Amino acid sequence: MNAIEVRGLRKSYRGQEVVRGIDLEVARGEVFALLGPNGAGKTTTTEILEGHRRRDGGDASVLGADPATGGREWRARIGIVLQDADDAADLSVAEMVRHIAGFYPGPRPAAEVIELVGLTAKSKSRIRSLSGGQRRRLDVALGIVGRPELLFLDEPTTGFDPQARRQFWDLIRELAAEGTTILLTTHYLEEAEALADRLAVLADGRILAEGTPTTLGGGAQTTKVTWRDNGVLKEEQVTDPTELIRKLVATEADLRTLTVTRPTLEDIYLNLIKGDK
Amino acid sequence: MSTATMGFSRGHVEVLMFLRDRTAVIFTFAFPAMLLLLFGTIFGDQYTDAGVSASNVFSASMIAYGILSTAFVTMGAGLAMDREDGTLKRLHGTPITATSYVLGKLILVFALSVAEVILLVGVGALVFDMPLPDASHWLTFTWLFLLSVITCSLLGMAVSGIVKHARTAGAILNVPVVALQFISGVFIYPVTQLPSWLINVAAIFPVKWMAQGFRYVFLPDVMKDQEPAGQWELGRIALVLGAWCVIGLVLCLLTFRWSRDK
Ligand SMILES: Nc1ncnc2c1ncn2[C@@H]1O[C@H](COP(=O)(O)OP(=O)(O)O)[C@@H](O)[C@H]1O
Ligand SMILES: [Mg+2]
Repeated sequence: MNAIEVRGLRKSYRGQEVVRGIDLEVARGEVFALLGPNGAGKTTTTEILEGHRRRDGGDASVLGADPATGGREWRARIGIVLQDADDAADLSVAEMVRHIAGFYPGPRPAAEVIELVGLTAKSKSRIRSLSGGQRRRLDVALGIVGRPELLFLDEPTTGFDPQARRQFWDLIRELAAEGTTILLTTHYLEEAEALADRLAVLADGRILAEGTPTTLGGGAQTTKVTWRDNGVLKEEQVTDPTELIRKLVATEADLRTLTVTRPTLEDIYLNLIKGDK
Repeated sequence: MSTATMGFSRGHVEVLMFLRDRTAVIFTFAFPAMLLLLFGTIFGDQYTDAGVSASNVFSASMIAYGILSTAFVTMGAGLAMDREDGTLKRLHGTPITATSYVLGKLILVFALSVAEVILLVGVGALVFDMPLPDASHWLTFTWLFLLSVITCSLLGMAVSGIVKHARTAGAILNVPVVALQFISGVFIYPVTQLPSWLINVAAIFPVKWMAQGFRYVFLPDVMKDQEPAGQWELGRIALVLGAWCVIGLVLCLLTFRWSRDK
């Protein structure tokens, strides 16, 4: 069974529908990214699946339970990294990690988690004194301390410097290698591309496209082939370049100038959300 | 981990965080003691027919205010704050139960209330020469204290539900506190100066009964003549506070939400 199954999910705030019929399936052990601009409905969707908000319509199953009624045992199996929290400002990093670890049946040792997110040097510092990026890393530590089967990460790397982001990506890959299912939201395309087995583009409360980083948006249909024929630049958009290239080989074309470009995920993504507007 | 163990773990960090927040310590704690010093000094040279000084009467009544401030205000503002800064959301994402969370808050509130009462009784005894009562009065003090703290905490929790933003919580919660102090005769001595209809209104709420009970504990028996009923009415005090305790509990069970989103 899938870790997450969602059919026709809907949510409105004061009559304004912001999640407009979302279908999702996340397999066990998969890293799934919800990619979309600000206000797309990523946090709303994630928090419904975490059991923090109520849905107005549709079906949702998370680790086999309805998130709206998931109990203690269910909560022990999921890990949550919220988009914004500034709780426990007057505790130290180690105190908070130990405190939260105590609620889980088989937690990771606090020191190990703090090391994993690279906060060992800040262990004894008050949470209040952490920078934005360090605070996010603490949130990640608190999300994984209970050894979750399924981890939700809502824009986890906002405010990270490039080095911290790379370290965080390594951490996610490690968790995924251990078999953790991960649902991640982001508006950083390269993050989705780097981490996700599959991803969905969300804009304005709807899923516009879904696939792997390579198949998303039917990217294969738009491969661009350019070459020079007697010095003249030629360009063609094709689904499968094989046929065209075979033809070109048979001609006098100068194949030293041949280029085959698949659109980047970024091109596809920007096209998708532009088309939506 | 059991509900009780998690509750104690919450209580531990609640106390730790409170002590580390200097402004909270000063305002919650020192303010009632400061008022007692002011009132006691201003009216210090007034004596009742029984020879009890007004400052002693204030020392006893002010304990009711101390508990309101540490239990009702701390609980109400604390809950509003926890809802706003993500504490409740964070906890709700873990296997902790609501009971453990509330137990943690109650531990904080009890710790604060005990310390507050020690401070106020200390000021009363050391600065205003209030004599300390005998063992049987301390027994009454014990149930009165427990009932007062639990009632005020539950009501604080219930009221926090209507607080939209944590930064206004203090202001909102202090409206009933200050109003009830005055009509319940905590700042007024003797209580019978108040118009009788106002005394009747105050009698609906717990504060009057708390203050009256603490006057019983700390003042000589002849002082009962100064009470509206001419007696201490311990049974009625227990009854009214018990009723409010139940009302508070019901309101909490009906209104407690982990998040504001329905
Ligand atoms: N609690 C709320 N009350 C009212 N509107 C909200 C609330 N949360 C989100 N919204 C609105 O819903 C839309 C989607 O928000 P959100 O799910 O936070 O998007 P994202 O996480 O993708 O940026 C936005 O227009 C936002 O303003
Ligand atoms: Mg968001």
